[in-house]
Amino acid sequence: MKLSRRCFLAFSIGGAAGTALSPLPWKLTDDLSIWSQNWPWTPVPPDGEYAYINTTCTLCPGHCGIRVRKVDERAVKIEGQESSGMNPGGICLLGLSGLQLLYGPTRIQAPLKRVGERGENRWQTISWEEAIEEVAGRLNDLRSKGQPQAVAALASEDTGTVPQLMKRLLTAVGSPNFYRMPSMEDSQAAVLALTQGEEGFVGMDVEQADFVLSFGSALLEGYGASPRMMQAVNRLRADGGKLAQIDSRLSNTAAKSDIWLAPKPGTEADVALSIAHVLITRNRYDHGFVSQWAEGFEAFSAMVAEKYAPEKIADRTGLATDQIISTAIAFADAKHPLAVYGKGKGQQPGSLKEALAVNALNALAGSINRPGGIQAMAGYDYIQWPALQPDDVAAAGLQTPRLDQKGDVVYPNPGYKVHRMIEAVGAGSADLQALLVAESNPCYSLPGADKVRTAFSKIPFVVSFSSFMDETAMQSDLILPNPIYLERYEDVPVKAGTTRRRVGLCRPVVAPLHNTQHVGDTIIQIAHAMEGSVAAAFPWTDYATCLKETLSDAWETLLEKGHWEVPETTHAAGADGFKTASGKFVLMNETIGAIYLADAPLPAGDESEYPLQLVAYDTIRLSSQYVGSSPFMLKILSDTTLKGQAGFVELNPETAAKLNLKEGASATITTPAGSADVRVHLDEGIRPGIVAMARGLGHTAYDGFLAGKGVNVNQLIAPVEDPASGLDAAWGSWAKLAKG
Amino acid sequence: MKQTQTQTQHRPKRYGMAIDVDKCTGCGSCMVACFSENNVPFKQDETDKLLSITWLRVYKISNNEKFPNTEVAFIPRPCQHCAGQHEGHSPCVSVCPATATDYSVETGIVSQIYTRCFGCRYCMAACPYHARYFNWWDPVWPAGMEKSLSPNVSPRMRGVVEKCSFCFHRYQQARDKAYAEGRREIREEEYQTACTQACPAGAIVFGDLNNPEHLVHQIVKPDIEHHYRSHNPRAFRLLERLGTNTKVYYLSSRDWVRKSGDNYLPGEPVGLQGKADTHG
Repeated sequence: MKLSRRCFLAFSIGGAAGTALSPLPWKLTDDLSIWSQNWPWTPVPPDGEYAYINTTCTLCPGHCGIRVRKVDERAVKIEGQESSGMNPGGICLLGLSGLQLLYGPTRIQAPLKRVGERGENRWQTISWEEAIEEVAGRLNDLRSKGQPQAVAALASEDTGTVPQLMKRLLTAVGSPNFYRMPSMEDSQAAVLALTQGEEGFVGMDVEQADFVLSFGSALLEGYGASPRMMQAVNRLRADGGKLAQIDSRLSNTAAKSDIWLAPKPGTEADVALSIAHVLITRNRYDHGFVSQWAEGFEAFSAMVAEKYAPEKIADRTGLATDQIISTAIAFADAKHPLAVYGKGKGQQPGSLKEALAVNALNALAGSINRPGGIQAMAGYDYIQWPALQPDDVAAAGLQTPRLDQKGDVVYPNPGYKVHRMIEAVGAGSADLQALLVAESNPCYSLPGADKVRTAFSKIPFVVSFSSFMDETAMQSDLILPNPIYLERYEDVPVKAGTTRRRVGLCRPVVAPLHNTQHVGDTIIQIAHAMEGSVAAAFPWTDYATCLKETLSDAWETLLEKGHWEVPETTHAAGADGFKTASGKFVLMNETIGAIYLADAPLPAGDESEYPLQLVAYDTIRLSSQYVGSSPFMLKILSDTTLKGQAGFVELNPETAAKLNLKEGASATITTPAGSADVRVHLDEGIRPGIVAMARGLGHTAYDGFLAGKGVNVNQLIAPVEDPASGLDAAWGSWAKLAKG
Repeated sequence: MKQTQTQTQHRPKRYGMAIDVDKCTGCGSCMVACFSENNVPFKQDETDKLLSITWLRVYKISNNEKFPNTEVAFIPRPCQHCAGQHEGHSPCVSVCPATATDYSVETGIVSQIYTRCFGCRYCMAACPYHARYFNWWDPVWPAGMEKSLSPNVSPRMRGVVEKCSFCFHRYQQARDKAYAEGRREIREEEYQTACTQACPAGAIVFGDLNNPEHLVHQIVKPDIEHHYRSHNPRAFRLLERLGTNTKVYYLSSRDWVRKSGDNYLPGEPVGLQGKADTHG
């Protein structure tokens, strides 16, 4: 048979048309897609029995109640606890990401001993016995050399059984050098002691206030317990109340405020005192409270009259006079005004002068220890352990000054001046032989991150109790991994801004995934492995016993309800008066006067060389302390904060035009502390002359989800010592930006 | 969707949402709650937002005024579950050649059936809200992290489109529970989406727009005769004048925010101006 050209064409075209009209290609496409969709690597999550377990989130100081959904032995979802009172339903994104931390690849799976150089990330797995022996041996050596004070510990909190066990270990060994990571708690405690003679913590009754004047506090972005704070602010605005935000950048909190003032960073104390000036000169303060309960009102009035008239400070703060006056009047018009301090999430102590000035506004409004005001909260005292009996070595060590006690300040409060300790160690002027680090990541989250690393290189023995391979764990010699909060028991007393004293219980939701050991047990075992009187200071066989005995009657309540409302001890104020010498609230005395006179803490550098001001801002979408941000958090980060691996700075278009920088341009930011390559995002919602940068990026440790993305702003900001308190009060840094 | 179960009821359910933009703080917890509830995958680099699967996405909008008169607001955008001008004529449902996306007249929810989807992405082109996402890759969970996957929602595979389902599995669970207990109706609090439940600001309200007892109905005050347009002067819907008849309502007291929900000519007053009845 001969195949002609015509015949061939007819056959091919006819065949193609026939196939196309038949169901065959569609059936094949469908089969192909079904086949490719059933490739076996798409996981099929196994079903099982469902259960909910109530526990407490410890990822931030808010300590919300959470409930975890389980399917058989797997935890599959974290939700907010509706009945917990702390967070009336709702939960923040960090709390929601807990399972990514639990099952994530950066968990440390067993005790590790460094084999390579520091930071090289080469480890050898050792047994818990070896690990405990090693730490106990080192501490014994130091004690036998008569240097027990050369041991220091750094924890994220100083209340609760675990930090207290850590502190007890140090005391038993003979070192006064227990530190907590710096936070606004330091300034708050100082303010409370100075003005009310009270030891404890500050409660803020946002729930019942009708005007909140916030000095840079990120009330809606992670300040205190976020769900509680957000709902309180929304309640306030729904009831016709107002929120005034003082922030050089239109933060999410400022975006939700009714009044937004954007002064130059570092001038907040001036703003507060000029508001005080308006209240006093216009006779708009609470005469009842001031005449009956305030000490030093005349001196205070004289000071603000002399120096803080709104028109006098307008230039310095960059605010218009009438802005200050109208804000002050709105504050005075409110029935329950509340002024709040502590910048961002409250993770920096800030300037004591500013804290006192803001608190003075509360006093002038009478908002002290009354509903809708600032409350002096008694500290937690449920930990009643037998007194320590230090032996001779320990007693001698405890007599030595703490590493952060050098240098003069107006008010030598007992806060934790971690930056001083770091500086002294880095400069070689302090002898630190061993450092224990728990639930904190100083190598990343302290300002002047490079200096911290230098200091670490001078400490011969660093032990990390971290659950994750973070920057500090990388710089340590021994890692004794702690199970994370979803795998362990622990008491978590809540302090962050709450007006209720409450202890949450965190309890195991799943069995520990890795060869970890509770840091409480590790401390007890280290103590038991030591010589002298150290072992005797820990009369418990393990942490579980210690926890149960410590909480005694409250333990059952905790187990049953998941939290324990601590009975209120008698409050200050009211008819009993304050706990100060005069029985009054101290608005002004010699010490406070000296603090008001002290210079504002200024970062190093020269405005002529560094014409811009770099401020670090907190966003709720990033975590910047011990816990790193989860993959989910990185996923929802805006592409004007992070794009690819590049981190952004925010800049007013006016400033950018002067520097000839366009949206998305690459640039180099330089400060006296360091420099970094960034990209530029232009935003009208920021004061001209300011460069803003998010906290929480630029990790070098962790995994590919977090490491190497953006810039750690802490390497650009050096700590600035507050002349008043000695605490770190850096608001940012002088900076310059150049096309790069 | 089986119709038999609903025949005893007066009016079918119409699940919808009211999001108070004045309350929303832009924290993004709703997004993370959604990811974790619905097994949404994550990659090492999610900064290309066109390739980032976010069933719910929070947009930041600005009034574009100069400092210090700048204002911003946040618009969380789940799937809007359009009903269209005639019940069920959602833009996406109308174009799907595989019946992989369907409109439930029982609940008003627009579904997505992954195993039927063959990835033509017509629906993505049709959706005016960019609420649909395509899986360009198979999802990968780092070793161990697949343990946190929920069995209630199947992980998706390469080559299919996915989107917000108003946490339909939660509806199924609530319905099963109600039937097991001999009830015909599920209570308002029994079926809430993950984002509503998580929102720390309490900005999201979810429920049945047809049920006067539900809070969402009371807030929205829908005009049932006129494509469910809201009687609440604070309420608006996104691109309402397209006639998509969505079930997600936004509330704001700020004019510029309401105006940002649709395209207006300069000087044109904000609102529907009677145009909702036309085919846009």
